[in-house]
Parts: sequence; C-alpha cells; structure tokens
Amino acid sequence: MFNKTYLSVAVAALLCHPLASLAASDADLQAIREQINQLKQSYEQRIAQLEQRLQQAESASHQAESVATKAQAAAQQATSQPAGEGAFNPALSLILGGTYGSVQRDPAMPATGFAMNANPGHTQGFNLGESELGISASIDPDYRGVATLALAPAGGVTVENAFVQSSAPGHGLNLKIGRYFSGLGYLNEIHAHAWDFVDQPLVYASLWNNQLGEDGIQLKWLAPTDTFIELGGELGRGRGFPGSDRAKNGTGSGVLFAHIGDDIGIEQSWRVGASLHTTRAENRTSTGVPDIAGTPGGVSNSFSGDSRTAGLDFVWKYAPNGNTANRSIKVQGEYFQRKESGQLTYNLITADSYRNTQTGWYLQSVVQFMPHWRTGLRYDQLDPGTASVGALNAGNVISNYRFMPSRATWMLDYSPSEFSRLRLQLARDNTRQGLPDNQLFLQYIMSLGAHGAHQY
Amino acid sequence: MNKFILLTLLLVSTSAHAVLNVFACEPEWAALTQLLASDKASIYTATNALQDPHRVEARPSLIAHARRANLLVCTGAELEMAWLPVILRESANSAIAPGGAGNFEAARFVRMLEIPAHLDRSQGDVHAAGNPHIQTDPRNFLAVADALTKRLIQIDPANTTYYQQQLVTFNLQWRAAIARWEKQAAPLKGVAILAQHRGFPYLNNWLGLKQVAELEPKPGMEPSAAYLGQVLGELQKNPAKMVLRAAYQEGRPSDWIAERAHIRAVSLPYTVGGTAQATDLYALFDDTIARLLAGLK
Repeated sequence: MFNKTYLSVAVAALLCHPLASLAASDADLQAIREQINQLKQSYEQRIAQLEQRLQQAESASHQAESVATKAQAAAQQATSQPAGEGAFNPALSLILGGTYGSVQRDPAMPATGFAMNANPGHTQGFNLGESELGISASIDPDYRGVATLALAPAGGVTVENAFVQSSAPGHGLNLKIGRYFSGLGYLNEIHAHAWDFVDQPLVYASLWNNQLGEDGIQLKWLAPTDTFIELGGELGRGRGFPGSDRAKNGTGSGVLFAHIGDDIGIEQSWRVGASLHTTRAENRTSTGVPDIAGTPGGVSNSFSGDSRTAGLDFVWKYAPNGNTANRSIKVQGEYFQRKESGQLTYNLITADSYRNTQTGWYLQSVVQFMPHWRTGLRYDQLDPGTASVGALNAGNVISNYRFMPSRATWMLDYSPSEFSRLRLQLARDNTRQGLPDNQLFLQYIMSLGAHGAHQY
Repeated sequence: MNKFILLTLLLVSTSAHAVLNVFACEPEWAALTQLLASDKASIYTATNALQDPHRVEARPSLIAHARRANLLVCTGAELEMAWLPVILRESANSAIAPGGAGNFEAARFVRMLEIPAHLDRSQGDVHAAGNPHIQTDPRNFLAVADALTKRLIQIDPANTTYYQQQLVTFNLQWRAAIARWEKQAAPLKGVAILAQHRGFPYLNNWLGLKQVAELEPKPGMEPSAAYLGQVLGELQKNPAKMVLRAAYQEGRPSDWIAERAHIRAVSLPYTVGGTAQATDLYALFDDTIARLLAGLK
C-alpha cells in the first residue's frame, strides 16, 4: 500500500515536471484520449461478454441446483436482524449482585492518615449489592443515550450514569454530555460489576471515593494512527470527592487524560495512560479526624482549597494465541499523587493554611488458569504524606502519621457462563495502624437482558 | 513517449483514488474481501482463527484500526456483540456505524439456521438471529460475495467494473470448487457426528452430516464430567463416527470422549488460518473435507 502511494506520488511528480508537460503536445493528448477511449470500449465489451456468459452459466446451474440452495435463496429476504447492541431496542440490562462480608474491625474506621478523605468502606454480613439497571440506545444517527440507575439495597434510586454520546463531529472526536465516570486512570470508567475484585484498590477508595463521577462534558480525540492514541478533556461540576458542590457559574473541575495502546504480536496487548485532575473544595467537612490532643472520637475539620491529582496507569494482557476464552493473564497498576493546598479549619473553629501531598498505588494480576476460572492477587499501598500546617494549627493537626496503610488481597472466581460470576476474596488489611484486619468476602454478580460489551 | 504517458496516466487514474480501508472481524471475511477487492483494499483482520470470536476483547489496537476504516465486514447475528459495539463507539468513525453503508454484516444475506423460537438464556448463549457460524457452508459465500460486491461498489464507485469482474471470476471458480468438494465429500453423507460446540449446523446441512449430540450441555457452557458421561451413555444407543471441534476450542472434552467411545476427534480449521493447510478460502474447505474424510477411516 505504501509502495503504491510512493509510486503515485512519484508519477504525479513526473507529470508535473515541465519535461513531461512539454512532451504532451495537443496532438499527443488527442492521441492519448483516443487510445483511452478504445481501451475503455474494448474493456466494456469484454465485461458485457463475460456477464452474458455468467448469466448463461448461472441459469444452467440454477436448474441443477439442489432444493436446499433454492430454499436458501428464497429465504434471503429474512434479514430482519437488528444491528448494534442487540435484539432489544433500547438495550436493557439488569445487574444483580450481592456480597457476604466478614471483617474483624469496624469498617467505618478510615485508613490511618486518611480521615479527611473518602471512606466508602465495606458492608458486613449478607448484603444486597447495588443492583444496576442499564438502558442504552441510539437516539438518532448522531446521538446515543445511556442511563445506568443504581438501585440501593435500602431503597431509592441513584443516577450513576446518564449521558448522551456523539461522534457526529467526525475526525475521531467523541463527545459525551451528562453524568459519566471520568476517563481518568484505568479503573475509573469500569462499572462495579466488571471489577476483578469485590472492592476498589485503596487509592481509588481514598482518593476518588471508589469512582469519580462527573456532571459535565467530555471530549475525546482518537488519532488516525495504527497505534491507539487517545487524548481527552473534561469540564465538570466537581461535585464528587475531592471536590465539593457549590452554587456558582462556570466549571468546578477539569480533567485531562491521554492513553496509548497497541498489540505485541497476536498474544499481548497493552495500554498506558496519564491523567490530571483539578478541582476546588469548599468547606469539605470531615468528621472523626484524630488530632494531636487525642480528642476522643476525633474532631471535625473543614478544608477549602485547590486539589490537583496526577495519575499514571498501565495494563498488559496476555492470552495464548490471543484466545481469552481459555487462559489469560492481566497485569495492571496505577499510581496517583494528590496535592491539596488551602485553608483547614480545625474543629470547625481554628482556620489556618494547610498543604499536603498524598500518594497511593496498586499492582494486581488476574490469571484465568482454565476456562471459567480466574484467580487474582493485588497489593495496595497509600502514603498520607507530611502536611505543612499553619502556625495556628501546628499544635492541633497531625502533620505526619509515620504509617503507610497497605493491603494484600487474593480472589478466586468462577463464571459458569458469560452472564454469571461467583467470587471468593480474602484480604489482609493493614490500613489502620496497629489494627490489622482479616477480611473475607463472597460475591455473586449476574447480568440479565442485553449483552453489554465490555471495555478493554 | 506517448505510451509512457499513457501508462503513467492509467497508473494515476487507478491509484488516485485512495485504497479502501477494510476492517474484517473474522479471517474468512478478510479472505473473501481479498478475493473480491484485491489490491483495491487494504484489509485489517481483527481476530485470528485460534480466537473464540464470541470472546474477543475490545483492545486498543482494534479501536485504532476501526478509526480509519471505510468498510467493516463482519458476521453479525450477534457473534461479535461482546466487543464490536465498544469498538464502534470508541473509534468515533461514523462511516462504519451500524445501519450505514460501511457496516456490512454477512449474516444478513444468508438463510439462518437455528433461529430460536423463544429467547431465554436458560437455553445457553443463544443468538436471536440464529446460529452465527455461517462460514462452514461454502454456498453461503456466494450470497455474501454478491452482497459484498454491491457494497464495495456503493462505497467505491470508481472501481465498479473492477469489482463486477472480480465477482464474475469468484462466482465461476467458487461454484466449480463447491461441485468438487461435494463430490469429494459424498462418503460423508448421513455420517453420525458429535459436536463440541453448536458450531456446525451449516456444515451439517451442506454435507448431510447427522449430529447426534453436543458436548456442551448448553451453548457456551463448559462440558462437565457428569454431562460428558451422559453423552457417552447415549453414544452406545446412537453411535457416532467422530467428534468435531473448531481449532480455537480446547481439545480436552473432545479427546476425553473420543478416547472412551473409540471414535476420532477431528479438529477443523473453522476459518482461514485455523490449520497450517487452511491458508485461503479454497484451502479452508479443501482441508475441512480432507480432515472429515480422515475421520471416517
């Protein structure tokens, strides 16, 4: 293909060359036109002859053809199959999930040094997980709509995702408007039913309250190259942690991300990414925060200021012959660093400057060792950082916890079909200083309705 | 000099139009497009013969290649539904969007078998449009080639006569090949077989093979030891000559039953590249029939 392109470029260059144009006098051109016409005529005649012969051959062979083939031809009009996501329009899917959790420590207790972060925690005992109702369909040739409603076990419905998507701008641009999971990192966009473990890595739990959902607008651009290169940006309301909802015009958060990915031969594939998130928190209040005085039950602190998070992610997958149905290996890892600076109001009374850098990472691998069976290992670590605390609060706010929360997790899951999964997960949780926790989870995830396609 | 200029003009006129970028979901459609479009198309094949076409991941490389495609050639009938919708969405390429001229689904042009009377997943991974493994009957390629040529012409009208000519050649050669294969395969008529996955109804229909049982209790579900034992029991009443599987499938269930029932386990290429011999569409059926005949012995 490239050779041909080069050739045509060379030929075009030749034609533009003055020598060539000099040679092509009027008489020459006339001769060429005639020759082309002759060529065209003889070509068309030959095609007509061939077509005639084909028709004869066809009519002859049609008579000889078996009844089955005739029936086949007759039934060709039976082509009422739907395109796209499946037989349902709109595509409806319902995820049913539940867990049994057994932990030794109070799950409401945050990781040491992360009391002012999100703490989605775990649920003990039998627990109906969030059932998820998904509806999606093309709205018109330009727009596609997606809504994912989470049905909470205690009742009530929350809108997890509700967005319209369009690639109508062309040129590899993909636009999303509404409520969506931000494109930062690797795991953030993946819905809970597709997680490889019962819970999110610590860094996602503490830094993103499991997943960052945004109300806003996302624009992605896919480069026209054989290597996957995707750049994206988002402007959002910034309601979710680490931001906070406020009444104002303009945007509350911004995200930039880039992904690059490709295959290595037929057996391996990879994707790496980098992302940047900025937002502002206004009176983001946390309760039960330990202080230097050791106030029983902790104090309530409030933070107002800028939050800037940078992240790196990678995923690598391997399957013998590229056939993921039987055996496969997946290795992934992510790292996030968050810098926050602003005012911290200790005990909701004493306000002074506060600046801190938190980091966290995880590394995990999931191996499908035989059809329908997978096992996985994950290691998580967080670093609460050393905070710069203003003089007024130097005697109140703990600036250095001298402890890095960590956790090791093992899981085993069995998927009888593509639509059902049963999982066992064991974890050694060392996120609270001096209070190690052994955790056990059993989980089922079932999907019914439209067959949702999974992201990489 | 005149001749030289004529030659260059002809070269320019044929290559001035950009080559069609074709994204073929499965190797058989890549091979067919190659036969019909030849050097007018640059073809990317999304899957290989050793991959389960139901279970492909929406890898970044697939999205990148779909981004620039002018034409998508796939089986359809929900075969690719676990991954293709993501590719189509993420590639942001309206040229190949479902329903458009650039989105070609072969299954729309052949008579589908095993269309379920009612849709219920208690029946396993059934497809609403019927069994999607249409590429095991060469007669299906005639209808698909005809429709695909029309689509190529619709997208690339500058090469209309070329595509028409290619189709004429293909039809003549393919019909001759079908006649040859049917003659070779005559001893297979009425032969009882087992299938590991419900993947051969079109082959059975074409060659008159009689499928007595499947090793999967329900389509897409792993054969359990207990169920295989049951199949083995039934084999004593209804003996079969061989057990068939596709190249991408695990050999263990077939081998297990073949050993105990003293029949042959036959691995078929299933698509182009499934065996070392199945190098193109013609070789695919040459090899399929050779392997089936070897299974008779």
